[in-house]
Amino acid sequence: MTQQRKALALISGGLDSMLAARVVMEQGIHVEGVNFYTGFCVEGHTHAIRKRDRDKPKRNNALWVAEQLGIKLHIIDVTEPYKRVVINPKHGYGANLNPCLDCKCFMVGRAVEWIEAHGFDFIVTGEVIGQRPMSQRRDTMQVVVRESGVGDRLLRPLCAKNLPPTLPEREGWVDRERLYDFSGRSRKPQMALAERFGLSDYAQPAGGCCFLTDEAYSRRLADLWEARGEREYELDDIMLLKVGRHLRPRPHFKLIIGREEGENNFLEGYRRRFVHLRTVSHPGPLTLIDGELGPQDRELAARIVARFSGGREAAEVEVQLVDREGTEQRLRVAPMSVDEVKREWYL
Amino acid sequence: MTRQLDARRLLCPLPVIRVQDRVREMKAGERLEVFCTDPGAASDIPAWCRINGHRVLELKEERGELRILIQVGEEGVR
Repeated sequence: MTQQRKALALISGGLDSMLAARVVMEQGIHVEGVNFYTGFCVEGHTHAIRKRDRDKPKRNNALWVAEQLGIKLHIIDVTEPYKRVVINPKHGYGANLNPCLDCKCFMVGRAVEWIEAHGFDFIVTGEVIGQRPMSQRRDTMQVVVRESGVGDRLLRPLCAKNLPPTLPEREGWVDRERLYDFSGRSRKPQMALAERFGLSDYAQPAGGCCFLTDEAYSRRLADLWEARGEREYELDDIMLLKVGRHLRPRPHFKLIIGREEGENNFLEGYRRRFVHLRTVSHPGPLTLIDGELGPQDRELAARIVARFSGGREAAEVEVQLVDREGTEQRLRVAPMSVDEVKREWYL
Repeated sequence: MTRQLDARRLLCPLPVIRVQDRVREMKAGERLEVFCTDPGAASDIPAWCRINGHRVLELKEERGELRILIQVGEEGVR
């Protein structure tokens, strides 16, 4: 009896990794999925916070893909070790703070550790040569092989025919002839293959499954590092970068202002750890202060908060300011005018 | 024996990860009662249970809080 070979597929929740796993399953390989949670994953946090998004379908795409394929999925929290990838990527960043090549090396490296611990034979990814400018080029795909330590145990079924045969192909665990030769940015071959497999309701994140590829998000992260004087972050920091308006009127503090009820509720959970403000005389958002607020900054912060409250047209707005020790101060301030809120304060 | 897991205020997929890590320490037949506030957990935790061989015995939502009762399966992911 031939041995049942086992593969671990990296499942992002998008179409390519789903197809790659499916192609290998079709050849009788036992496949399980792995999904790495970096803290920067777009799905999840966003849909849960904003009230306007609450009516959108809520599903974790990686879990959904695993269920469609009928495979087990292991979700691994890599938020701590992933920091070194984001903070100091050996291969640098892409257009924003996206360290795509280092990220791929990291994830494949983690997958290698997993298969070695669990007695699996090889790893499957949905990469396609030329699909992504940084991590999916012929040369950089070789970097992933080299630096992750995966060697010839990495099978990329969607473009395998364009690459040298890997261990599972050479050993005859999978038939190379039944793999594919996709290349370039066109999505048509993938869509055709999806149709062949009867898959229609798949997520199409278009490279946008990671907040680090987002320009506005990257700007906020860069600002955070600059303001703190070091390239460090905690999970809470990167969560808060996704929520609210961020305004930095002075180098030593910024305001995080809830834009609607859902965001205010989310910020509530952080309130006790931050100096925070809310309007008393008028309805308004909850605002957290990230940084240190000097005595002379209090009125400035209160006036900005008043600007984003229901009292923006009023002559005076009463604002409550609570420090980290819970001491409360009330300020009566004139809301800032539109022109006073400088464009460059917005992050 | 029913164990409890507080996953309130955690956002998806962290509640799923916490459930997964806790279930790994449990034996088949044991129950885990999970509390969470991310509405996404109402679909994600049952989906995780389905694909990994565990049963959702109860799922209730009250005042924005979810209570999910899980029974650990025989051959599920540990």
